[in-house]
Amino acid sequence: MIAYLLRSLVQAALVMLAVAFIAFSMFRFVGDPIASIVGQDATLKDRQELSRALGLDDPMPVQFARFLANAAQGDLGLSYRQGRPVAALLGERLPATIELALLSALLALVVGLTLGVYTAIRRNGLLANVIMSASLVGVSLPTFLIGIGLIYIFSVELRWLPSFGRGDVVRLGWWTTGLLTESGRKSLVMPVVTLAFFQLTLIMRLVRSEMLEVMRTEYVRFARARGIPDRVIHFRHALRNTMVPVVTITGLQLGSVIAFAIVTETVFNWPGLGALFVQSVQVVDVPVMAAYLMFVGLVFVVVNLLTDLVYLMLDPRLRSASAAPAR
Amino acid sequence: MHAPVPAPAAPPKGRLARFLDSDLFYSFRTSPMAILAGTVAALMTLAALLAGLLAPQNAFDPAALNLMDGYTKPLEQGLGSQGLFVLGADAQGRDILSAILFGSRLSLVVGVASVAFSLVLGVGLGLLAGYVGGRIEALIMRIADIQLSFPAILIALLVFGVARGLIPPHRHEEMAVVVLIIAIGLSNWAQYARTVRASTLVEKNKDYVQAARLLGISPLPVMLKHLLPNVAGPVLVIATINLALAIIEEATLSYLGVGVPATQPSLGTLIRFGQQYLFSGEWWILLFPALALVLLALSINLLGDWLRDALNPKLR
Amino acid sequence: MSTKRFALAALLAGATFLTAVSVEARTLRWARSQDATTLDPHSGNTGPNHVMGHNIYEPLVLRAFDGKLQGALATEWRVLPDDPSTWEFKLRPNVKFHNGNAFTADDVVFSLKRAMQPAADMKSLLVSVEDVTKVDDLTVRIKTKGPNALLVNNLTNMFIMDKEWSEQNNATQVQDLKSKTENFATRNAMGTGPFQLVSREPDQRTVMRRFENYWGRDAVQNDITEIVYRPIPEAATRVAALLSGEVDWVQDLPPQDIERLRTAQGVRVNTGPENRPIFLGMNVGVPELRSSDVKGKNPFADVRVRQAVNGAINRDAIQRVVMRGQSQPAGMIASPLVNGYTKELDTPPKYDVAAARKMIADAGYPNGFSTTLHCTNDRYVNDEGICQAVVGMLGQIGIKATLVAQSLRVHFPAIQRGEYDFYLLGWGIPTFDSHYVFNDLYRTKTSSAGTWNGTGFSDPELDKKIDSLNSEVDLAKRNATIAEIWKQVQASNVYAPIHNQFIAYGMRSDFDIPVDVENTPKVRFIESRRS
Repeated sequence: MIAYLLRSLVQAALVMLAVAFIAFSMFRFVGDPIASIVGQDATLKDRQELSRALGLDDPMPVQFARFLANAAQGDLGLSYRQGRPVAALLGERLPATIELALLSALLALVVGLTLGVYTAIRRNGLLANVIMSASLVGVSLPTFLIGIGLIYIFSVELRWLPSFGRGDVVRLGWWTTGLLTESGRKSLVMPVVTLAFFQLTLIMRLVRSEMLEVMRTEYVRFARARGIPDRVIHFRHALRNTMVPVVTITGLQLGSVIAFAIVTETVFNWPGLGALFVQSVQVVDVPVMAAYLMFVGLVFVVVNLLTDLVYLMLDPRLRSASAAPAR
Repeated sequence: MHAPVPAPAAPPKGRLARFLDSDLFYSFRTSPMAILAGTVAALMTLAALLAGLLAPQNAFDPAALNLMDGYTKPLEQGLGSQGLFVLGADAQGRDILSAILFGSRLSLVVGVASVAFSLVLGVGLGLLAGYVGGRIEALIMRIADIQLSFPAILIALLVFGVARGLIPPHRHEEMAVVVLIIAIGLSNWAQYARTVRASTLVEKNKDYVQAARLLGISPLPVMLKHLLPNVAGPVLVIATINLALAIIEEATLSYLGVGVPATQPSLGTLIRFGQQYLFSGEWWILLFPALALVLLALSINLLGDWLRDALNPKLR
Repeated sequence: MSTKRFALAALLAGATFLTAVSVEARTLRWARSQDATTLDPHSGNTGPNHVMGHNIYEPLVLRAFDGKLQGALATEWRVLPDDPSTWEFKLRPNVKFHNGNAFTADDVVFSLKRAMQPAADMKSLLVSVEDVTKVDDLTVRIKTKGPNALLVNNLTNMFIMDKEWSEQNNATQVQDLKSKTENFATRNAMGTGPFQLVSREPDQRTVMRRFENYWGRDAVQNDITEIVYRPIPEAATRVAALLSGEVDWVQDLPPQDIERLRTAQGVRVNTGPENRPIFLGMNVGVPELRSSDVKGKNPFADVRVRQAVNGAINRDAIQRVVMRGQSQPAGMIASPLVNGYTKELDTPPKYDVAAARKMIADAGYPNGFSTTLHCTNDRYVNDEGICQAVVGMLGQIGIKATLVAQSLRVHFPAIQRGEYDFYLLGWGIPTFDSHYVFNDLYRTKTSSAGTWNGTGFSDPELDKKIDSLNSEVDLAKRNATIAEIWKQVQASNVYAPIHNQFIAYGMRSDFDIPVDVENTPKVRFIESRRS
C-alpha cells in the first residue's frame, strides 16, 4: 500500500512538472509582457532594458529552470500588471473561488443525488421524465447563456439579486466569506446556481443510470423477491452501491468546478481566480496565468490522490489489486 | 420518454449494418422524441449546409453588408439595402437569419471535424494502449486521466494559446478554424480511448487471439474485425454527445473572444455581440442565435441520449 | 509597522463609525470597465490611473470638466520675465496632506523629481525639464532645456505626494516592476486631494473617504462622503448594475444603451465629446505589406491608395449606426479643443465609392488587394464595431481586409514596434496642443519622438518644423508653423481620421455628473442634486 501511495506521489509530481512546463511555455509565447508594464509614452530603450531585466532575453530552458526553482520556493513572481507578488494575489482570490466552487459542488451533489434517485425510482413517471428532459435542455445550455438569462430575470427585471461581485464579505483571518452578510449571501445565489447547473445534471444522470444498473442486479432482484420493502432496497442497497462511482466522479468534478468557474466568474464579475485568469490573459500577465494553471494542476493532483485514498477505504479489495500495475 | 419496447435479442455479432437496420431503427421509429430531435437536427444541418443557397445574404462577406441596415428589426425592411430582414439585422447590417445559417454551418463544421479528430485520436490511442499495454498504456491512460479531469474549456484555451504562439500573427485568422478544431478535438479524446481500451482488453484475452498468437500470425487484423463492431455502438454514443459538447465548447470559446474572426461569426460570436444589446432593446441579435445554438445542441443531445438507451437495452 | 497599521485601522474604523452616526453619509458607487494599474501616481501614464489619482492626489494645475486650466496646488504660475527657460509656481498656502503634514515646496520638488525617474512613465511629459528647485516654502521654479511656453499644460496629471510619508514608507522610488518587492505606494496613497484612501483591492474595489481638512472643502458642491470604485469589465453587467441600483455611476456606458437608459426610471445619462480622435493608420514605410497578396511593392505607399481609403469610409454611417450618433465625424486628428484645430481641416473627406475605386485602379490595383486591419476591442467606444464597418466599406472598393481585434495590451506595443500594416488608434491630447499630435504620430520614429508613429511615415523637413515648436515663444509664429504642418500632413493622407468619440456617463438620477473632456472626472466638481 505504501508502494502504491509512493507511486501515486511520483506520478503526481510528474503531472505537476508537465503542467508547469505547459503553463510556462504557453504563456512565454503569447503577447508582449513588456507592453503591460510600461505605458503610452515609453521608448524603445526602456522596453529593451525591461526585457533584459525580466530575463525575457535568456534561452528558454534557463527561463523554465528559473521559473521552476522560484515556484518551488513559493515565489511565483510579481504580477506584471499589479506589481504585486502573484502568490499574494492568488491567496486573496482563493476564498472567493473556493466558496463558490464548494457551494456549487454541494448544491450539485444534493440536488443531483435527490433528482437522480427520484428519476431512477420513478423512471416512467411524468415528473421524472420532465426532469430528465429538462436536464437535457440544461446540458445543451452554455453556462454563459444561463448566467446572462439569470441576470436578465433576477437583476434587471425583478431586481431581487445583485448582478455582480460578492457583496459585503467578512474577514476571518486570511479567509473571506460572503456567507455571513445578507448581501454576500444574495450575491452567491446566481453564480452558485449557474456553476452548479452542469455538474448537477451530470450527477443526476450518473446516479440514475448507476441506480438502474444496480437495481437490475441479481442481488437486488433477490432482495425484492424476499419481500424487502422497496424503500429499503432503494436506499440501503441500490443507493449505497451507487455511491462509489458517484463519489469518484463528484470528487473529480470538484476540480473541474474550480476551473469551470472561469466562465461563471467572468459573467458575474466574481472576484475569484477564474476572473483573475481571464483578466490576466487579456493583459498577458504571464506570471499570474502560469500560476493559475499550476494551481488548477495542483487541485487536480490533490483531488486525484484523495480519490485514490477514498477508493482504498471504500473498497478494500482494491488494495491488493491496485498494487499491481494497471493493466 | 421512450416507448416500451420488447426486450431485444442480443445484437447479432459482427455486422453493424444489420444492427442498424433492425433494432436501432425500430427503436427510433417508436420514440417520438428521437424522431423530433432527429428531424430538427437533420433540418438544421441541411439548412446550414445549404447556407450559401438559402441565405438572403453572404453573412461572411463584409462587403455584402450595408451598414445602414444596422439594427433593422425583425420582419422590417433595411434602410440601406431595402431588403426584408426576417429575423432582423445586427449592428453591421448583417441579416440575422443568414448569420445563423452561416454561423451554424461553421459551428457544425468545427463540431464534426473536432469530434472526428478526437474520435480518430481516441480510438487509436485506446487500441494502442489496450493492445500494447505496459508503460505505453500507463502513459496514455494517465494522460487520458488528466484530460478528463481538466475541463475541456481550459484545455482548449491552453491549446489555443500554444497555437497562437506557434503561428505567425498575420496568419492567425486564416488558421483560426483549424486551431479551434484541434483545440476542441484535443480536449475530448479520452473517453473514446477509455472505452476502446476496455474493449480491447476483453478481446485480447479471447481464445482466437491466443490461437492466432500461437500460430504466429499477428492477431491484430482479426481482432480489429471483431473489436470495431463491438465498440462502434458506444463510440457512436460518445461521438453524438460530444458533438453537442463540441458545439457548445466552440460557442464558449467564441464567446470568450478567442474563437473565429468577428467578420465570420459563429453562433458563439453572434451571442457575444448580441449580449451587448441585452438592455438596449435589440433582443433579436442575442435571442435568435441563442435559440439556434440551444436547439442545435439540444437536438443532438437528445439523439445521443436516445442512442445510448437504444444501444444499452439493459437500462430500459 | 504592524502596530502602526493596526492603530491606523482602528482610527479609520472609529472615524467611519463617527461619520456613520453623525452626519448622513452619502456614498458614490462608481463603476468602470477597467481598474487603475497602480495607485503610484507616477508609474503609469494612462487614463484610469489618473482618474484615481485626481481624487486622492492633486497636481499643481488641472483641467475642470470643461477642459479649462485652473490652479490646484498652485495659485499662480508664470515664465520668469528675464529667463524664458524658467517657470515659477506660487503654491497654495495652508494645504494639508491626509496625514496632517503641511504641503510645501519640498513636496513639489520631491514629486516632480520622482516623476522624472527612469522607471516613471510620467517622465515623458517632463523631458524638457532640466531642474526643479525650491525658492521658499511656497515657491517652486522649474528650469527647462530651452524655453518651453507650454510646460504648464504637461503638469495637469502630475500628482504631488507627501515627501515625508514617502520617505517613511520606502516609497521614494517609483514602483519598479523589475524589482521583486511591492512598492508601498502601489496600494497606498498620501496626497492632498479631497478624498483619502480607505482600502484598495486591485480589480475588485477601492474605497475612499472624504478628507475633512481638504483646503477646497468650501468650494465642493456636493455632499459625497465616500467613493466606492469597482471595475466591472462586462458592459452588460455594468448596465445591469446601474439599472438595479447596485452602482450609482457607470463611467463608460455603451452607446447602444443610451436611449433605453434615458427612458429608464431613476437613471440619468450625460453624454459629451471626449478630447480623443479615432483614426486608421496605414504603413507607408515598409517595402512590402506583410499581410497583402501584393508582393514586391506596398500599395499604401501610393498616396492615391491612401486617398481612396479615406474616400471609401462612410463616416456618417459609422456615426449613425455604429456610434448611434455618439461621435463627430472628423477630418483631422485633433478635437476642437486643441490649439491648431480648424473647422476647414476637420471637414471629413468626401465619401465617394466610385471615385475611390477609380483612384485605386489608377494606382495600379484595379482588382484591389488584401491586407489585415488590426484593431482594439477593449479601448475605444465600439472600436471593434468601427473596424468591422470599415472592413465592409473597403470591401466595396476591392480592398479585402481581414480583421484582427484584440486587447490593447497586445495592440499598442505592436503599433509602437511598427509591426502593423493597417491599424486603428485613438489619440487623447492632454496638452490641448497640436505639437502632441505631430511629435508622436507624424514625426520620424526615434527613441524619444514618433513613439506612436506606426506608419513608417518620415519627412526630415517636417521633423525640423515640429521640433521648432518646442522652443518657439512667439505664439503667433508658432501657430503659423502649426497651420503649415497641418496642411502638409493632411495632404499625406497617411492616416484616415474617423471621428471624435463622445463618451456617456450613466448615473442614478440623484447625481448629475457632467462629462469630462479628458474622461478623468474629478468628483470634487460634481454638483449635488439632492435638495
